Amino acid sequence: MVERAEPVVPARSNWPLLPVLRRMAAMPLRDPFAFTGLLIYVLFVLVALFADHLAPLDPLEILFTKTGKLAANVAPSADFPLGTTNLGRDIYAQLVHGTRSALAVGLSAAVIVASVGTIVGLVAGYFGGTTDAVLMRIADMALSLPFLPFVIVLTGFLGASTSNIVLAVALLLWPNSARVIRSQVLTLRERAYVEAARVTGASSWRILFVHIAPNILPLSFVYAAIAIGWAIITEASVSFLGFGDSTSVSWGMMLQDAFSSQALSRGQYAWFVPPGVCIILVVVAGFFISRGYEEVFMPRLRGR
Amino acid sequence: MKLVLERFTHNALALLAVTTILFFMFRLMPGTPLAAFINENLNADQQQMMLEQFGLDKPMWQQYFIYLGNLLQGEFGLSFFQRRPVMTILLEVLPNSLILTLISLIIAYIFGVLAGAWLAWKRGSWIERVAVPAVLATRAAPEFWIGMVLLALLSFNAGWFPSGGASSPGQAYANNWQRIASWDYVHHLALPVLTLALYLQGLPLLLMRSNMLEVMHEEFVTMARMKGFSEWRIVIHHAARNALLPVATAFALGVGLSMGGNVVIETVFSWPGIGRLLVQAVSVHDYPLAQGAFLMIALVLALMNFVADLLYMVLDPRVSHGRKS
Repeated sequence: MVERAEPVVPARSNWPLLPVLRRMAAMPLRDPFAFTGLLIYVLFVLVALFADHLAPLDPLEILFTKTGKLAANVAPSADFPLGTTNLGRDIYAQLVHGTRSALAVGLSAAVIVASVGTIVGLVAGYFGGTTDAVLMRIADMALSLPFLPFVIVLTGFLGASTSNIVLAVALLLWPNSARVIRSQVLTLRERAYVEAARVTGASSWRILFVHIAPNILPLSFVYAAIAIGWAIITEASVSFLGFGDSTSVSWGMMLQDAFSSQALSRGQYAWFVPPGVCIILVVVAGFFISRGYEEVFMPRLRGR
Repeated sequence: MKLVLERFTHNALALLAVTTILFFMFRLMPGTPLAAFINENLNADQQQMMLEQFGLDKPMWQQYFIYLGNLLQGEFGLSFFQRRPVMTILLEVLPNSLILTLISLIIAYIFGVLAGAWLAWKRGSWIERVAVPAVLATRAAPEFWIGMVLLALLSFNAGWFPSGGASSPGQAYANNWQRIASWDYVHHLALPVLTLALYLQGLPLLLMRSNMLEVMHEEFVTMARMKGFSEWRIVIHHAARNALLPVATAFALGVGLSMGGNVVIETVFSWPGIGRLLVQAVSVHDYPLAQGAFLMIALVLALMNFVADLLYMVLDPRVSHGRKS
């Protein structure tokens, strides 16, 4: 073991990050579920990027028929693929443009959850002791808050904005990833190569970020993928309850709109089914991807 | 016993933390709590008198301890808008929420456990390839959206179920229990229960399935097989019993968790429960009522976490013997 610790200053090429990244990139090709998940993500990202081309109509514009009447509750047709709302707005345009806000909410929450969770998990797991105890108690506290009620109270009082929803989701979701990453760090910390780095005099932070963190990356990714789905569902639920950002076009806002203007009793399925299906697709994609990464990087679960 | 006490303290502390966070959250909200309560026509002296009457002139830390003391006595304050004690309002709607949650969970878990075991049995078949993603989709769907689709199909279109509320207008009952036992109530309950059960069955199903797959490879199952027991007997007597342990704890946790999630279901079906109460209270800035409803949900959550801990100890002796905490 001592011999393996030979290079006193590890060369840059010894960075364990590269092989991990390579394995992460190759994973979807091996797992059909993860591949499907990734495909769904790519599709929605493309829709969000080219929303203006896919749906040239303004999602909030009030439309009129050729005879000059308000185009309210028009059935799906060539002009309006999913029909119009009771206020004469194009549902298809709302659906397409809603992709943008869904991805914005999902990705920003995912980035916050994954980075906070990873850093807390790394620090708590590696340093242990009081640091660990304090961080984990805070995590316990966040986990004992009822999820949706907390988000509602926070957005209801702080103001109904998308960033407040993301903030609330991030506040409640980071502990899950922090806990799992912490326990993974606990085992990595005892590995021979970490011991070797310590013997050669590498600083704690260097060991943490150069030797341990890269191996944690796939886990962070799993939690990011799960957080995307959670954030989108939460945004939809909060919008549905009437605490959403009323100025933005989102799937949740569409569902709320459809519900409150009696689209259900009119049987206007083209209005409220597609946004729900889009939410399901994005969330399921997250499940698939996390499942794939878990199987590749946590071999204990492999083959189930 | 020591472990029981330890888990109790843990959950009680968590609840204390929640109440503390809530206290400061509500105090730091924009606007004074008085803005909603005090008549604007009052002069400065009268306002000061009101402040003193409500104890709002005291320093924050003193208010905090008074608040904790009041909570312990079940004193949640007065609702700004309904002008009734918060506790009375909460107790009126709590049974509705508990009934909805428990019945849905029981249906979801019975179905989930059976279907999960069956799917484990069907490992590698086309049924599994279709069923698992389908179950994942029910887990991924927003609860309220499932409710909306079912409402449109079964209530508005087919006309089988009422579209909301807990009883038809014009009905009168001698007491609350009679109302709950009535056919009318059950009829109103059916669709929310179906929605919630559909949303909740995914967890026990997937959990049961993966536990079964794991347990089937354990030594005692191999042993049973070597003894020549029938495959059916092995599944029921040996595998399923052990696979059920984590499902049982998930059930207790589920009660607490879904109480929080019921917020949306209760809103879709105008079900007069605690979640809908919370939504209404928050939207009209009725701070005491919102706070009370939130705490009641948090209390159920903490209580059920504790029950889950206990169940875990009772069902799996390895926990109480081997685990260092």
